[in-house]
Amino acid sequence: MRDLLFQGLFRRPHTEPAPALDPVAVEQLATSLGELARQRLGRSLSIREVDAGSCNGCELEIHALSNAYYDVERFGIRFVASPRHADVLLVTGPVTKNMRDALKATYEATPSPKWVVALGDCARDGGCFAGSYAVEGGVAAVIPVDLHIPGCPPPPLQILQGLLALLARADAKA
Amino acid sequence: MPSLSDLKREGLLAPQQRPWPRIIVDEVLWSGAATSVAERRMTLLALWGEAGAVHMALLEQATAEVAVISLNCPSGRFPSVGAQHPPALRLERSLHDLFGLEPVGSPDSRPWLDHGQWGVTAPLGANTPSTPQPPYPFLPVDGAGLHQVAVGPVHAGIIEPGHFRFTASGETVVRLEQRLGYVHKGIEGLMSGASLQQGVKLAGRVSGDSTVAYSYAFSLAAEAALELAVPPRAVWLRALLAELERLANHLGDIGAICNDAAFALMLAHCGVLRENVLRAAAIAFGHRLMRDLIVPGGVRRDLGADGRKAIEAALVSIRQQLPALVELYDETASLQDRTVGTGVVSAELVAQYGAGGFVGRGSGRAFDARRQLCYPPYDQLRFEVPVLTEGDVNARVWVRIREVEQSMALIDQLLDNLPAGELLAPLPAIAADGEGIAVVEGFRGDILVWLRLAAGAIARCHLRDPSWFQWPLLEAAIEGNIVADFPLCNKSFNCSYSGPDL
Ligand code: SF4
Repeated sequence: MRDLLFQGLFRRPHTEPAPALDPVAVEQLATSLGELARQRLGRSLSIREVDAGSCNGCELEIHALSNAYYDVERFGIRFVASPRHADVLLVTGPVTKNMRDALKATYEATPSPKWVVALGDCARDGGCFAGSYAVEGGVAAVIPVDLHIPGCPPPPLQILQGLLALLARADAKA
Repeated sequence: MPSLSDLKREGLLAPQQRPWPRIIVDEVLWSGAATSVAERRMTLLALWGEAGAVHMALLEQATAEVAVISLNCPSGRFPSVGAQHPPALRLERSLHDLFGLEPVGSPDSRPWLDHGQWGVTAPLGANTPSTPQPPYPFLPVDGAGLHQVAVGPVHAGIIEPGHFRFTASGETVVRLEQRLGYVHKGIEGLMSGASLQQGVKLAGRVSGDSTVAYSYAFSLAAEAALELAVPPRAVWLRALLAELERLANHLGDIGAICNDAAFALMLAHCGVLRENVLRAAAIAFGHRLMRDLIVPGGVRRDLGADGRKAIEAALVSIRQQLPALVELYDETASLQDRTVGTGVVSAELVAQYGAGGFVGRGSGRAFDARRQLCYPPYDQLRFEVPVLTEGDVNARVWVRIREVEQSMALIDQLLDNLPAGELLAPLPAIAADGEGIAVVEGFRGDILVWLRLAAGAIARCHLRDPSWFQWPLLEAAIEGNIVADFPLCNKSFNCSYSGPDL
């Protein structure tokens, strides 16, 4: 163990420079983030992830955000265990009917101001599961959505760009 | 009790299924087969329904033979398999929810997938408007000093939703009861009437971490139904994709299990290695999870020189880093204290449930579809199937470590001997009928896909996730352990929610 830790002291870090903001996300957010909200968010985001029916592919890439290459915590972005501690709900999947109530309850348990980021193609409109008897539709069919990050699943860099755009908008005039 | 050959002799052979036979039986033979399964003469691979019939896929270990038996039940009732063989219970509850078929004699008639939210009952059967359901009756608990802890469906971490109800005596878990079905998307319903192209896309989204294995199994089943031969280069590229998926998932799991024992250093290092594999996959095949690449007929994208170099570089990084990490895992007493002897599953139970993957092979069940069913190109590749007998978290970690090594050796062989040639055989122009079945070894265990084509479109498709036979064993594994060890045990199983919820 000592060797491994020792190597870590001298090796260049894996972590890569921050990506540019996603211009599409910046535009979407211009309308959804109010002045007051920007001030309240400051420079950090606490995110509660909710899988509302995903195939678990989106979760894999959200996990990847925490690996040493992306190291999402350096931007002040944290994943929290309870919606009560969250600024942002990051919701994946088509919303299944069996998860609809749980998603609503999670949204209601999140204190305002709060934002909802819908992640992945399914979260927009149900993706290839749309039309099933068991699927409600996209996230917006159940709770209001502020930003959508497309992809199946969106690669970590793209998720990061979207989240950073959210932070930047929040920070711009704070 | 009937063996497979008895069933074949006494039943009626359905003409169209390939490569393994489907036998139409009567109620007596059906119940007899259930008894054979309960007595371990055969392993239950899958149990599924359709309007007016039930099907059961069986494996005879001694001969490595697979067959499907079918019982027509126009009355909507069939003799329960779960009454004799508990591993079938959740499967029967699901097919009752979807098709309205009633397993007669089943000791558990509670719904499984149907949470009373769909607005209809038996959506794939009679499809009638539903009436409100009473609250789900969890198993009764009675005893002094017992308390319950209810968790989920929304969990604290970034994981899929499900509900766990622990009954504990002090710190010790007396019983865990799972309630799943939250991410049921109705995939089997969407499959009916879909084209093969839509079908393989859906199959690749049953469980995202196994997207390669699912599209692989679906394509093999479709090709069996169509009697379509796949070009050799595609056969080998498919195995390359499958091994890369296994490698990435096992590396992620090894790190994540250690992290759930509060040893974050392993997660940090394994996370880098996993990312190296995913980045190589993105360079080689254009998608980090290698989604939508395997399709009926072959594969959609070739491996170029850049891709090969990227994969080789990822393997070099793993070969450089992993030995030190394995040593770290093995020599850190505080970590071993958490994993050794925790969450033990007996060999008896994995045999009864026919549990595959690291859950089965960590408890002495040597089944690996790549070896036992020997589908190409694995018949031409050298590899070992690591099996341990301890059945604890540590054994499941070690099976993964050994499989990482085996997968790397397989990738070497695949890259060295990749045949040249075409990637995709054209689908037959005539819209054909037929039935096909395939079993593919995913990182988590064996995935079974059965489908019936009618006029070239999918009439019915069933996809059986390995987790069906692993989730119930987690209930057994946690018994007698402390509540705080649950995340660790759970991660060592890493069952899919989306896969069995479908
Ligand atoms: S967007 Fe793609 S990866 Fe994400 S949940 Fe949907 S199918 Fe899975």
